[in-house]
Amino acid sequence: MIQQSIIKVGMADLNIATEGAILKTTGLGSCVGLALYDPSRKIAGMAHVMLPSSEIAREASINLAKYADTAIPELLERMAGAGAAVERLQAKLAGGAQMFVMAGHSDSMRIGPRNVESCLAMLHSYKIPVLSQDTGGNFGRTIEFDSDRGMLMIRSVQYGIKEI
Amino acid sequence: MSIINRLAAFELDVLKEVGNIGAGNAATALSTLLDKPVDMAVPKVSLLPFEEVAERVGGSEQIVIAVFLRVEGESPGNLFFLIKEESAKGMLQGLLSFDEHSSDGYTEMELSALCEIGNILTGSYLSSLADFIGLSMAPSVPAIALDMAGAILSYGLVQYGEMGDAALLIETTFLGDGQALEGHFFLIPDPESFDKIFKALGVGSE
Repeated sequence: MIQQSIIKVGMADLNIATEGAILKTTGLGSCVGLALYDPSRKIAGMAHVMLPSSEIAREASINLAKYADTAIPELLERMAGAGAAVERLQAKLAGGAQMFVMAGHSDSMRIGPRNVESCLAMLHSYKIPVLSQDTGGNFGRTIEFDSDRGMLMIRSVQYGIKEI
Repeated sequence: MSIINRLAAFELDVLKEVGNIGAGNAATALSTLLDKPVDMAVPKVSLLPFEEVAERVGGSEQIVIAVFLRVEGESPGNLFFLIKEESAKGMLQGLLSFDEHSSDGYTEMELSALCEIGNILTGSYLSSLADFIGLSMAPSVPAIALDMAGAILSYGLVQYGEMGDAALLIETTFLGDGQALEGHFFLIPDPESFDKIFKALGVGSE
């Protein structure tokens, strides 16, 4: 058996994988892990999105991978550069949890659900179908996307391992 | 991240002292609870890339028990009290005579007890800090989670996400009962709190 190589995607980071490599991102809390896949070319991309919209950015040079509305176009461009076709892409996503529930707190505490909403809206605008998602809840997730099989493996402390 | 780039060595020392006073009082509280000496490391103040914050407690996937408080008031921020599972079990047995049980996981009673320990320690951390700085700090009701360190800590980094890829945190580690009990405090003031803290302490940046 050939060992599949693992490509790590950090927080507020994105990357692509081909030739059966695995994309992995760890410790998703309110962040969303988004995987895009072109099944006929077996090209996969993953983004670890931290915030819903770059409109709130106060930094001088924006880290595109950090915001849902900039990470998805950037990921599409990178994947197209590798030979993927946007009209064939499928999406799977995980994360967007609310780690701590606090009564009566500001909107920033609902960051997880807002990240998910923003990702889904972006995918909708590009007409990319969402095959499956495992989002919300109050627990962290580590995810791995297999660019050979197109499956997203999700690991959590409370619920163990599952594949979507 | 202009505030943070401006920080002089002297100001970093001030923040270390802030961490020292808070954690010192918390360590005393823990020592009283345990009836054992508790040692404390010198606080660290660092501007860490998001990716490295969780490395301080053993990596993004390290399972930790975290008590989280959102601090409101004149200098808002996030305060985490993190312990690894072995330390949590040790605390439950040592302090509260909970029976050692072989099964994984925690009963509601045990989590509630850990949350209360966290509440006492973070409460003493914050109240000594508020007295020292002279700013009001109102903690939220504590919330507890048993999960991956990366997922938990990222929750406290969102305010920094809007302005960069790194966060300034004040970290203090303490050790009790030899090396058996290890805990970490992470105070992550909101970016706009630093000027207020310095001003209240009479450390002008101008």
